[in-house]
Amino acid sequence: MTAQTTIRKPNEKPAKNPEGKNQATGSKDIVLSVKNVSKSFRLPTEQATGLKQLLINWTRGIKGYREQSVLKNISFDVERGDFLGIVGRNGSGKSTLLKLISGIYTPDTGSISYKGKLVPFIELGVGFNPELTGRENVFLNGAMLGFSHNEIEDMYDDIVAFAELEDFMDQKLKNYSSGMQVRLAFSLAIKAQGDILVLDEVLAVGDEAFQTKCNNFFSEIKKDPSKTVILVTHSMDSVKKYCNKAILIRDGKIVVNGDKNDAANIYTEDNLRSLQKDAKDSSKNKYPTGLNEKVPYMKCVPTSKMVLNSTDSFEFDIEYEYKPSNPVYIAFSMLDTRRGGIPYDSGSILLGNNGKERQKVHFSLPLTLFNNGSYQIVASLRKADPDNPVETLREGFTSDENSCTFSISEEANGTDYALLKYAALDMHKNGTTDIKRY
Amino acid sequence: MLSSHNRVLPSLLTLAIAPVIQYNYMYQLHAISPPEPTNTADWVYLAVVKQLWQKLAQRYRYSWILLKELVKTDFKLRYEGSWLGIAWSVLKPLMLFVVMYMVFVRFLRVSDGTPTWPIVLLCGISLWNFFSEATTMGMTAIVSRGDLLRKINFPKYITVVAATVGSLISLAINMCVVIIFGFFSYAHYTWRIILLPLNFAELYILALGVALILSTLFVWFRDMQHLWEVIMQAAFYATPIIYPLVMVQGMDKSHPGVGTTISKIMLLSPPAQAIMDIRHNLLSPENVPTVWNTIHTWYIQIIPVALTIIIFVFGVYIFQRNSKKFAEVL
Repeated sequence: MTAQTTIRKPNEKPAKNPEGKNQATGSKDIVLSVKNVSKSFRLPTEQATGLKQLLINWTRGIKGYREQSVLKNISFDVERGDFLGIVGRNGSGKSTLLKLISGIYTPDTGSISYKGKLVPFIELGVGFNPELTGRENVFLNGAMLGFSHNEIEDMYDDIVAFAELEDFMDQKLKNYSSGMQVRLAFSLAIKAQGDILVLDEVLAVGDEAFQTKCNNFFSEIKKDPSKTVILVTHSMDSVKKYCNKAILIRDGKIVVNGDKNDAANIYTEDNLRSLQKDAKDSSKNKYPTGLNEKVPYMKCVPTSKMVLNSTDSFEFDIEYEYKPSNPVYIAFSMLDTRRGGIPYDSGSILLGNNGKERQKVHFSLPLTLFNNGSYQIVASLRKADPDNPVETLREGFTSDENSCTFSISEEANGTDYALLKYAALDMHKNGTTDIKRY
Repeated sequence: MLSSHNRVLPSLLTLAIAPVIQYNYMYQLHAISPPEPTNTADWVYLAVVKQLWQKLAQRYRYSWILLKELVKTDFKLRYEGSWLGIAWSVLKPLMLFVVMYMVFVRFLRVSDGTPTWPIVLLCGISLWNFFSEATTMGMTAIVSRGDLLRKINFPKYITVVAATVGSLISLAINMCVVIIFGFFSYAHYTWRIILLPLNFAELYILALGVALILSTLFVWFRDMQHLWEVIMQAAFYATPIIYPLVMVQGMDKSHPGVGTTISKIMLLSPPAQAIMDIRHNLLSPENVPTVWNTIHTWYIQIIPVALTIIIFVFGVYIFQRNSKKFAEVL
């Protein structure tokens, strides 16, 4: 990934230097400090609540609940101008942490302190009421975020224009489509700029146009050194694109604190590992999808790391069992799960007449050509087609749970929306000529 | 924001300075400056007050903005979709009054025989409705705004205050009706009406205090809703609203002391004292007895007022102590 900076796509964004955002000033200006924060919840063990249950629990001498520890001794600092990503699998405690930062929950131990105005968006459009008109909802939601009637009056036109809802503001919210509601909520949110913005999964909603608006908003706020953003997300793309720091939480503990690439990679690996684990669990069934009595077992098993650089090769075994005694072929495809399409297919490879026991074939896939992305290897066992000597017929294949996945993730060099790297092809520019119109 | 709004004293202060807020707000709104003082002492005093005001304004800015919007919304939504809309806040107590009047005054002949009784009855019903509605709505305020509490951090007492203020607006409308009717129903308006703000403040503080206690309990114990309904029904009949106090006093002809004692005990309940005071000061100083002219020992006289203050302080204390946990429990 070197020396491709001369050829740039026309719509490419200017070079970013997220890591350098703070270093310019040199001094550390901490706006949010989380120190040794722990949090646990009481989960009731009895179904009923209320006076009766309290009395019953009291007479039986039981507590009626158990402690569930959600966050354990979390500490981190956020500096002014930071764009912090918080990642972690479902149930790892991200949202609890966000609610603690927003002051909705109070920590059991430890402390959280911040400077300036903190605006939380645990959800867009908090307090929206379907029975009120769009206009009334703007004022109500604005009040929730701490803006007076006059202040909202001043930004009202901007909000409506950004949401593109000029004609609907006197309609009740219940007559809005869900997309319209989200647009209104989001445009309110981005006008309500505090010093620290706390966002939870906001990017996960809305259509493409809305996503683009989010995108622009984040790119803009990222450049502003006075604004600090804390973003909880499952999208590693957003983490890599916007954040300059990231925190990975696993089971209520901070695993990675600081480096966004580490956080994103370990998160991806966590997820892939859990997919493999799921696959292992479900392979106990007699014949999962793609398998049958001729091919009772077939599975792709990675033998190298699953998050790689493009200089690495992805190493994997295809394990299989083939009952008939005719010659057997194997083929695998490499699927691009993010951009779609099949970048590579191995074609049928003759394995010959194998024994009926379990076999494995090892493959090594060089990744030099490819940009960052998530890929899946799907393999199939085939036999010769009696009607057509150049074709093969599929006997069995690996379903999603028996396929293996890997991803290429390295320091982004330019964009990675194309599958192939710049250097994959030898591009030639043959001079520039004027086109004359006659 | 994280550490504020969890102390008792500032919350008490909010209520104490409500008129100050209103005063300053008025000047802000109309962009006119208050009259300038002429001597140094006034200047110093004004500077201190101004600084104090600014501090309070900063601290309670958010609460104040939110309270206004919530009250507005609640009021808008209260009669939303009904055909008569806001007219219901006048019609409902009037219709209830007609029912009570027909049953108790015309049919059961419950009356003290004075010409002011019908209007005193109407006033009593309106006041009791306020107390009952404010406490019931205040109780459910936290739970019904649970979705909000789980998503944004704001001073939780605002929801309870907003609910009770909503009832207060209805009461204001009802009181206008009562005063207008009073002119045709022999009401005797005297200088005593200057005492009314105090009486209404007492009734409101009592309702708010009770609502704060109930809303805290209601978060953990949903039984409270049903229990409170029964308690309110019992309290309605235990308060001299639909029957005159003289009826209680003379209930046992052979032992006049019993009736007198019971009527005195009745007057010692805070809502009864406030309601009787308002009826006395607003409508009929001659015919409505109060705790002040029925009981003549000062330390017994002040029991209802003291109870009101105790209930309110306790309500604020228990609410603020537990409000941090609301979002987690809901």
